[in-house]
Amino acid sequence: MNHLPLIIKREYLTKVRNKSFIIMTILSPIIMIALIAVVAYLSQLNNSKERTISILDESGMVESIFKNTENTNYVILNDVSIDDAKKQVEEKEQYGLLHISKGESIDDVLDGIKFYSKDTPSITLMEGLESKLERKFTDLKLQEQGVDIEKLKSSEARISIAQESFLGEKSSKIDNVVKLIFGGFAGYMLFMFIIIYGNMIMRSVIEEKTSRIIEVIISSVKPVQLMLGKIIGTSLAGITQFIIWIILGGVLMMVVSAIFGINMAEMQAPQQELMQQAMETQGTDMKIQSLISSIYNLPLTNLVIMFLLFFIGGYLLYSSLYAAIGAAVDNETDTQQFMLPILMPLILAVYVGIFTVIEDPHGTVSTVFSFIPLTSPVVMLMRIPFGVPIWQQVVSVLILIGTFMFTVWFAAKIYRVGILMYGKKPSYKELYKWLKY
Amino acid sequence: MNNLLVANSVSKNFGKFTALNNVSIEVPKGSIFGLLGPNGAGKTTLIRVINQITMPDSGSVMLDGQPLQSHHIRDIGYLPEERGLYKSMKVGEQALYLAQLKGMSKSEAKKRLKYWFEKFEISDWWNKKIQELSKGMAQKIQFVVTVMHQPKLLIFDEPFSGFDPINANLIKDEILQLRDEGATVIFSTHRMESVEELCDHIALIHESNKILDGKLQDIKREFKTNTFEVGLVTSNEVNLTNLIKEKFDVSKADFKSLNDDLKLNIKLNDNDTSNDLLRFLTSKAEVNHFNELVPSASDIFIQTVKNS
Repeated sequence: MNHLPLIIKREYLTKVRNKSFIIMTILSPIIMIALIAVVAYLSQLNNSKERTISILDESGMVESIFKNTENTNYVILNDVSIDDAKKQVEEKEQYGLLHISKGESIDDVLDGIKFYSKDTPSITLMEGLESKLERKFTDLKLQEQGVDIEKLKSSEARISIAQESFLGEKSSKIDNVVKLIFGGFAGYMLFMFIIIYGNMIMRSVIEEKTSRIIEVIISSVKPVQLMLGKIIGTSLAGITQFIIWIILGGVLMMVVSAIFGINMAEMQAPQQELMQQAMETQGTDMKIQSLISSIYNLPLTNLVIMFLLFFIGGYLLYSSLYAAIGAAVDNETDTQQFMLPILMPLILAVYVGIFTVIEDPHGTVSTVFSFIPLTSPVVMLMRIPFGVPIWQQVVSVLILIGTFMFTVWFAAKIYRVGILMYGKKPSYKELYKWLKY
Repeated sequence: MNNLLVANSVSKNFGKFTALNNVSIEVPKGSIFGLLGPNGAGKTTLIRVINQITMPDSGSVMLDGQPLQSHHIRDIGYLPEERGLYKSMKVGEQALYLAQLKGMSKSEAKKRLKYWFEKFEISDWWNKKIQELSKGMAQKIQFVVTVMHQPKLLIFDEPFSGFDPINANLIKDEILQLRDEGATVIFSTHRMESVEELCDHIALIHESNKILDGKLQDIKREFKTNTFEVGLVTSNEVNLTNLIKEKFDVSKADFKSLNDDLKLNIKLNDNDTSNDLLRFLTSKAEVNHFNELVPSASDIFIQTVKNS
């Protein structure tokens, strides 16, 4: 008799109807979005504060470069001594005073630039001022030496090295970043999924043991069926939760940004602002275009198929181990000693993924780890966007499936014996003995 | 085919530990079969073998003349000693689930459950969660779940633990009724009074071996010592005792009686019948109590386990 669908249904429904599951499903994205919204709001609050900066340019060289922006007002002071200027700025509670003193030469002027303020000024602001001044003074110095600025600007060459493999596949630096993000995201998703829902499976096995229903159940169902039903049912509940998170998160994000007028996509940390300033010289349009084309260039079909295969294979592999652990122990506190050997390869996989795949996606280390079944799902998923030969992918999947079948067999053995054992905390030696019962 | 279940020299080892050593039992159709034995004797292992939870290392089990197969799960109802239900699941849903696992259709299961719930007057528990019920209440549900698919063979492992006397009686009557309706019952327990009340066949397992089995009546006959409890009315107790002692093996007896009699246990001599003893006694004194001492299941249990 095949009871698998029945068991899957029960496992799924009990998980999905569970109060804490429902609360977690709904609350998690709300909390996440709320957090993001608060951070975004705060940083916007910070950015949108209008600052007034007084400029006292005694050299008269750079006045022209200070143009008011949305958040910053520049007040040009004339014919005041620096002491008066300082007093004035302090009284008016302005943000600060930029003083450019007189000098014989441009170099003299450069040495005499100072910023006065009540508190330490923000890094972004200072960097902004510095780059403005640098550009102006560079131009001035070039002019002093008789260089035609217009000519110089027009003769600037901009280089972006086109990359192409011997087979004619084109790629670029942006491509690599996109690939890394795709691979990293896939690998990280799998990692999270295994940890969250693997634990859920383990707990549900332990629950069956502690409520002592297990013997009633396995007098009508084969333990392997029960175990697989549990794994599949819980995974489906997990996928449901994930999908709800994504949809709810997306909707909430839109609602929140509509209500508060916060554009979250543009939420920026100061570091990002710096980066943007650094990139300002390059064409933004070109960037977006090449971004789109590099996403387009990804081996998408391959990626999706392999993502599904490795995700399912890797997840089932780990979750059967989790189920075996749940069967071997009586309560959750006893699981610690068995958790480590499971978590180690998983964490190792993520580290290998992050450190070696970025450096050299087809190097020995990443290649080897993308074949070892406990690490291959994460590492291979990270490698695939960089183009992995099909034979490697197929071999790795086959190894994974083979190992998965072995682990299910192994876990089922432990499960079968373990679920009927009460009272003692088993050692590894005992687990080994169980395999032979 | 008179036996519903036959186990042929079933053995099971767990590593070096032998849980069952060539155990054979025969459970006649329509009987209540007591599976007895001290703790850790191997009863539960044998029951698990019958339920196909554990596979035997050697030996075979036949149900209704066929070697045990997975479809036989339908024909067996098992109430394990370690029992429980999903705590956070509703009573009705849970019972339906377990019924479906036994191979019943949903509508069939609903009908049967309705019958049992009404019989036990627990219909209003349908939407309660198990964790809201008391232990005794949960045990009732567990009983219903065990019998609802009308199995040919019912296996109860310590069915009365956790029940108060009233409910224990209720369950006992249900078991008897199920037997009368044609079910065969295997009944594992240490509680000898319930064995006495219910079982017609027993098997005694001790340290992985079966050391005794058969009809309870036959076993009792085998174990009887031909001793009779006798109450005599006499004015001279010492004299009378000595008189009897000359002919028979006599010991002091202790039983409840309305009179202040001389109470003795008298063992028959070989080749004597009870009538011979009675004749002898009536010639000496007035007999107002005459009763054959039948060994109790408990006596047999203790004696056999000690001797083995």
